[in-house]
Amino acid sequence: MKLKELEGLLQDVTVFDEPKIHLEQYATTPHLASRMLFTAHSVYDDIENKIVADFGCGCGILSIASNILGSSYNIAVDIDPDALQIANDNCSKFELSVDFILTDLTSNPLAVEVANNAVYSLHKTSTREHILKKAKEWGVDCEILAELKFDIPNMYKFHKKKSVDIQVDFLRIAK
Amino acid sequence: MRLITHNMLQCHVKGCNTNNFPLELSEIEYELQETEFNPQFLRNFVPKLEWDALVRTAMKLGITTLPDKLPDTPIQEIDEKFLKDLHRVLLETHIQQGRMTCPNCQHVYPIKDGIPNMLLNENEV
Repeated sequence: MKLKELEGLLQDVTVFDEPKIHLEQYATTPHLASRMLFTAHSVYDDIENKIVADFGCGCGILSIASNILGSSYNIAVDIDPDALQIANDNCSKFELSVDFILTDLTSNPLAVEVANNAVYSLHKTSTREHILKKAKEWGVDCEILAELKFDIPNMYKFHKKKSVDIQVDFLRIAK
Repeated sequence: MRLITHNMLQCHVKGCNTNNFPLELSEIEYELQETEFNPQFLRNFVPKLEWDALVRTAMKLGITTLPDKLPDTPIQEIDEKFLKDLHRVLLETHIQQGRMTCPNCQHVYPIKDGIPNMLLNENEV
């Protein structure tokens, strides 16, 4: 599968119709989602025939991309039942199997504790120092794979500008 | 939710730490959805399964294709017939509606439109 092909397929993923402010719901675009998963797959071989968990999955675009690239078992978790409903409908549309669970991750173990192999994450670049310090505490390697511009469109009433680009680190923690 | 995921869920109500697995299914509606058979994935996953819980849960749904005990042949030599039956149970059986009850504290986790609700009330966290 080519990157462009994956990105094209992801255009059909439905996203939040009414994003919730208190959950800071910002949909990951097909452009970013395809590049993130394509990197994990083609550079690190972390997707095909692997078990993939998606913590805070929203409408499920990352799990869907992972499933398209051949992960053998996907589990995805979110605290918002409306997002999970959309995510589940997305999977039916794509005829993919992802098991969704409605739960509160703040009372569950951290991804770095659960994963056997690697954790991928997005963080605001301004928090990089903190993340790297944490990685050191946990005794894991943290590699910044890319600096992305996360395009946040004007979707909440308190947003004054038309859209803002937020600097975001795409990182990989290896265990 | 497929049975592979059910096999990993336990009650997480505060203080409920023993006999909290497997969550007991009731009033279940399930569907079968075909998916690609991947014998190597199953071979790797077998050692991670709680076998007794899986067999008991499958029985609850009227599925009796799994043996009570895991075959004692080495995993790489397990026959295809067994793996195909397991594939059907683990990866093609989708629970759509129902309830999961903790055998210890009796907390009920509902399953709606295929999604289990594991959220707790504030006093249970």
